[in-house]
Amino acid sequence: MKYSTGPLPRQPTCSTQTRPLALDQVSPEEMLQFYQRLFPYRYFFQWLNHSPSPSPDFTHREIAFTLQSDIYSRYNSFKGYEDFKKEVLRLNPLRFEIGPQYTANPRDKKLLRKGAFRPLTKELVFDIDLTDYDEIRTCCSKTQICIKCWQFITVAIRTMTLGLKEDFGFKNIIWIFSGRRGAHAWVCDKRARELDDQKRRAIAHYFALSRNGTTVKKRMNLKRPLHPHISRSLEILKDDFQVNILEEQDPWETNDGENILLNLLPERNTELNKELRAFWLDNPGRTSYKKWKDIDDFAKKGVQKNLSTKELQYAKQDIILQYMYPRLDIEVSNKLNHLLKSPFVVHPKTGKVCVPIELDNYEDFDPEDVPTVDQLLNEIDSFNKELNESKDEMADIKISDYEKTSLKIYIDYFAKFVKSVMEEEAEIKKTFSAGKRSLDF
Amino acid sequence: MFRQTKRRALERKNFGREINRNLTYNDRLNLYQIPPIDEITLDEFEGWAIDRLKILGEIDSSILRNRTVAEIEKIIKPLLEIYLPFNSNHYSGSSSSDRDIQLEHERKKDHYSHFILRLAFCRSQELRTKFIKNESMLFRIRYNMVDRVERMKFVDSLDLDWELVEMDEKEDLREKLVVCSGHEFSEENWSNIKNDSVYKVPFEKVPELVENRRVFIRYGKAYVPANLQVSLIMNEFSTRLERALEMTARAMPRLDEDERIIPILQHLATSSVLSADYGEAGDVNKFNSQKGDIAATEVKKLVRHFPLCMSNLQTHLSLDGHLKYFGRQQYGLFLKGIGLKVDEALKFWRLSFSKIPEDKFQKEYRYNIRHNYGLEGGRKQYRPYDCKSIINQNATPGPGDHHGCPYKHFPIDHLINNLQQMGINDKFDLNQIRDFVEKKSYHIACTKVFELTHKAQLQGKPLAETINHPNQYFGLTLEP
Repeated sequence: MKYSTGPLPRQPTCSTQTRPLALDQVSPEEMLQFYQRLFPYRYFFQWLNHSPSPSPDFTHREIAFTLQSDIYSRYNSFKGYEDFKKEVLRLNPLRFEIGPQYTANPRDKKLLRKGAFRPLTKELVFDIDLTDYDEIRTCCSKTQICIKCWQFITVAIRTMTLGLKEDFGFKNIIWIFSGRRGAHAWVCDKRARELDDQKRRAIAHYFALSRNGTTVKKRMNLKRPLHPHISRSLEILKDDFQVNILEEQDPWETNDGENILLNLLPERNTELNKELRAFWLDNPGRTSYKKWKDIDDFAKKGVQKNLSTKELQYAKQDIILQYMYPRLDIEVSNKLNHLLKSPFVVHPKTGKVCVPIELDNYEDFDPEDVPTVDQLLNEIDSFNKELNESKDEMADIKISDYEKTSLKIYIDYFAKFVKSVMEEEAEIKKTFSAGKRSLDF
Repeated sequence: MFRQTKRRALERKNFGREINRNLTYNDRLNLYQIPPIDEITLDEFEGWAIDRLKILGEIDSSILRNRTVAEIEKIIKPLLEIYLPFNSNHYSGSSSSDRDIQLEHERKKDHYSHFILRLAFCRSQELRTKFIKNESMLFRIRYNMVDRVERMKFVDSLDLDWELVEMDEKEDLREKLVVCSGHEFSEENWSNIKNDSVYKVPFEKVPELVENRRVFIRYGKAYVPANLQVSLIMNEFSTRLERALEMTARAMPRLDEDERIIPILQHLATSSVLSADYGEAGDVNKFNSQKGDIAATEVKKLVRHFPLCMSNLQTHLSLDGHLKYFGRQQYGLFLKGIGLKVDEALKFWRLSFSKIPEDKFQKEYRYNIRHNYGLEGGRKQYRPYDCKSIINQNATPGPGDHHGCPYKHFPIDHLINNLQQMGINDKFDLNQIRDFVEKKSYHIACTKVFELTHKAQLQGKPLAETINHPNQYFGLTLEP
């Protein structure tokens, strides 16, 4: 995965001098090592449990495993993190997903009346995947990604986080790299966890640019005036559009590309569109940057009588949104009982760990930097070796394995996040019981 | 219902037999939060409920027919005056003391009938959904009928956690509030919003407004302008009603009942337009031909006025010279209803059964025809079948049978063929009928067909009522 430096040069933050990744898969032994030595069980438990001692928040939570044999095992639940760890080590799964907390223990599902077992709470989640950008990406396609197309995810994180915080007032939001070519958002506020399907759907649609999914194959004709959320997003995306689309992706340079662009311009300006087409035919190889500028230049020149400036302006706004606005997989957000891959599992194909993306530094996140399992295991080995060689007073101090690796920064960040989720929860409980007490008197 | 018994018990304890009669109805809009506690007679119990059902039934079929709120209002308002009057405090009909009594009575009837129907419609999810849908629409119609002062008073009385947006905040958000109302910013559009109330509510309260980005949202609060508050109140109304109905359903089995009310409730729920979609047989005489009796030979001339279920039977009777038992019953009683007397009926069937020898007819069919007219056996007066019985009868038509409801029992292509023969050729119309059939709204489909085949008579307007009886269909065609 090579990439040329974009406009914002990015420095790898950790060494990548590990041996090349076996293209195919992570071996089961490596996977087991990872789950034995590196997976942060305790924080995982606290994250879902919202307090130190086990509660139904965790014990009624569904965990679904995908086993090495590709068997999918649903409705598992656990008493605590030791219990959970034991089972993970026993099964050594390819990955596992997190479902909702149910009204009863998911293990007892079959024993219960149909209506008595239903999902109660789950984090509000969003899923963005680069495959949805395939019609725009010129740098990569399918499962490949590079830092250029990762910018779509970066921009999506910016747009979505702002909307979730400012519009809906959510605070505890964490973004997780999905292991290959996307990211998941987990909104962990109590208020978000308690949303029912209808309200999840409402929020998902609020954030979706169009009901039928976004594409560049058709004009959008977004309703004017734009809703404040959309116009704010447009403001954010304008600059990114210049860099990411016009300069880096350059989607309209080719003949096919320019047809897509012309098709998105207002039909009514037939003369303008004709002039542009003719000009581009005579001057082949003009970049997207130039072509985007040509539109305004030609419009100003007055090739189109009765030109509708407003319509042209709207169309250009729509285009920016069509290319840059986050493309969400709505189905994932819609339903309370939708399962989503857990943070810190290993992507079986890439070997990369699904690490959190630090919100304060999300712009510097590069999927290339994400540690792989065998890199991490090597790091432990070399750390231990150094420790043995230096055989001094340090040797007695117990150091957890994860602290010896580049996974440490991610786990530390996750721990910090979990702490703030638990603090919010404790705060709510406190005001709740205070309110209750005052009622008693 | 828990509350009701609890309250009553409390009152008995504290005030002896005196029941609190201070429940006065100051406002005409009612969110039905407090169950009624006064005693009423059984007749009132049933009568009031039936009156309310008539309104809800009409609303139900109007919604099924995709009528707009404005159209439904037009149809419902005159019915409201008859069955559930809804007069304001300024209503000046009679002297002030009479007026107070009248208003009290109107609102009491509204209050009680609502709660009685809750009992009747709480038992299944399907009934509850339907009840909520129609009650919400009724509420909406009434909400639109009251003036602004009454509305504001009503909203205040609801004790909602709505927060009025202060002018300072409004000023700060002026552009955003205007844009969310769907207009470009201008001083005029701004002053509209400035002068009206905007409420701040948790976004969870208005999911559909969030979903369609119709409101401005900040820090978890949706800013709902005056014109969208109806949806907010409707939402409040239906969620509260839903919760209450579920509670009622759970309490019903524990109802200490003296066997007078349950049968009424059952009757209300099962035989109503709302529950099964089809009306009661009602007064047969209502449908009798006003012009007097019909002779056997006249029947064929009248076929074009028959609903499809009956004209279809006549077609096959003419073709085959015979009809099987259920067909004879359905058609024979229908003809009786439109004014074919017993002698003429015997003549009619004798002539129609062209392939049946005389002695067989006398032996096998004569008795049956006379029986339907109450002249044999139990000597019971039989009524023509209504749509409900034709649609829901146990005897599903098999091969060689021609009875039943064409909208339900015909294969869809066959039905469309028949409709085309009746002169309905417009694709849009046919698709609409097809939709009704798919939704199992057979009586609505039939009503639509009536409207399409009687355009001149109706002068392009939709039919005010819904067809729920073949004889009603026939009666309507003969109306001037």
